[in-house]
Amino acid sequence: MNTPALAGPVPVVRRPHPVRDSTTMLRRNLKRMLRYPSMTLMLVGMPVVFLLLFVYVFGGTLGNGLGGSAPDGATGGRAAYVNYVTPAIILMTIAATVQGTAISVAMDLTEGIITRFRTMHIARVSVLTGHVLGSVIQTVLSLAVVIGVALLVGFRPTAGAVEWLATAGFLVAVTVALVWLAVALGQISESVETASNLPMPLILLPFLGSGFVPTDSMPAGLRWFAEYQPFTPIIETVRGLLTDEPVGNNAWIALGWCAVIAIGGYLWSRRLFNREA
Amino acid sequence: MTSTSVRPAIAVTGLRKAFGDQVVLDGLDLTVPRGTVFSLLGANGAGKTTTVKILSTLLGADAGDVRVAGHDVAREPDAVRAAIGVTGQFSAVDKLLTGEENLRLMADLHHLARSERGERVAGLLRQFELTEAADRPAATYSGGMVRRLDLAMTLVGNPQVIFLDEPTTGLDPRSRRTMWEIIRQLVADGVTIFLTTQYLAEADELADRIAVLDRGRVVAEGTAEELKRRIPGGHVRLRFADEHELDAALRVLDQAARTSDTLALRVPSDGSLRALKTLIGQLDDRAVEVEELSVHTPDLDDVFLAVTGHRRDEERTSR
Repeated sequence: MNTPALAGPVPVVRRPHPVRDSTTMLRRNLKRMLRYPSMTLMLVGMPVVFLLLFVYVFGGTLGNGLGGSAPDGATGGRAAYVNYVTPAIILMTIAATVQGTAISVAMDLTEGIITRFRTMHIARVSVLTGHVLGSVIQTVLSLAVVIGVALLVGFRPTAGAVEWLATAGFLVAVTVALVWLAVALGQISESVETASNLPMPLILLPFLGSGFVPTDSMPAGLRWFAEYQPFTPIIETVRGLLTDEPVGNNAWIALGWCAVIAIGGYLWSRRLFNREA
Repeated sequence: MTSTSVRPAIAVTGLRKAFGDQVVLDGLDLTVPRGTVFSLLGANGAGKTTTVKILSTLLGADAGDVRVAGHDVAREPDAVRAAIGVTGQFSAVDKLLTGEENLRLMADLHHLARSERGERVAGLLRQFELTEAADRPAATYSGGMVRRLDLAMTLVGNPQVIFLDEPTTGLDPRSRRTMWEIIRQLVADGVTIFLTTQYLAEADELADRIAVLDRGRVVAEGTAEELKRRIPGGHVRLRFADEHELDAALRVLDQAARTSDTLALRVPSDGSLRALKTLIGQLDDRAVEVEELSVHTPDLDDVFLAVTGHRRDEERTSR
């Protein structure tokens, strides 16, 4: 054991290493995900179920209603609807995984180990960045599964390599933004139940936008909301990148929203984490 | 810096903390010399955990000067954090990780080199008898094992000052003894320990000095012996073969009182050798035969009740 010298503590306190500590925390979170796989499976399962539901149960009818909004000038029906709804399901996948982030942050905070971290000389933010990085990796894997299933049930994107790359980058940006928000939501939750309910709006928002039906089919008030809420430009960007629809300003508006949500979520999370235990 | 060699591990003056209207710490003063065990004794809600939280940088103080390992907790929290280890009342282990992974996590956060890490982790697993359970998730551990892992994790960074907040609450007697052994070993290695407990026996076993905390104030402080001695209630019990001897003793000892046992007397005494010599001398002079003699010093339970109860009475009369 290291007996402290009588001359007192070493006066120099080493500087924090946020990158190194975040990597350590990421390793911890990935291990936790592996130990508790049912959560990951549930989070991937939900968007897959919604995809199948919307394609096979509602798809035939909804596809016919797309009219001029159908991508690729498809004649409607199920085939057209798969292409229309997949971007919304992709967003739903991100929202669902992010819900998992809020739950695992809330679970973590109830455990004494976070208190231990707070009393250690480490880069404090690494506790949170570990969650963020872990969730981003989890989301990427979930997205791969969900997009794979979408392709199997008839999703026919027209995107080339560049568009796919742009889509991937864009989705990671969206994920990072929503994950930081979820980390804050997880922290303000007093219980795991609250943590699983608070991000619910994120899962519902694609419904109240252009995710499942074109916004011009909605009544005026709802339509106004649908067109200005952040998920609509995000979905339109994904849709545009993958299926040859014009992206227009949507990408910039979406990235603007992402920046606002990410920075807001980060600052809020950091403040919550630094509050007194 | 000539004074560093005598600088205490923990120095607290005038510490105050209130949550809203509720005053939790009301001018706390504490000094803990290096390499000693200091125990803060108090009932639930006396302010023990709040004290530990402030000393370990988890909570800010409303007023007062708090220095741990020579650093001010408010101004240099990172320097304090680098010097301390905390094992709280509730287990601070990651239940989904194995024992070994938990220790490795700590080693990584302390930036130990890979080679050093393996050695340190294996050594601690051995020291805390967790080698066999090293590959099992902590969720499968017994209460005693979790506490051992918890403390082992605290030790990875070689802290100079360790805070143990009720480290044996909820443990069975055997696990408690094991923890005590471990704590004693740490002190032998030169670590300073700040222990809070509601178990008087624990403070008695481990602490060099004890402070009794009641409603945010230290109401008594000293070694276990000093505290016991300060409390009335110490006595010598004398047992006699028959009534005749007892009556003879009663004539000699004017302070003696009868007890429920018809053949025994109770003589107030502080239990010191000198007092006993005097007593025995008095009995010898009159050739009184004593069959059995036993010394009763008050235990910390008496101390605790006397100190906290006394204060309550004082308050009532002063109003």
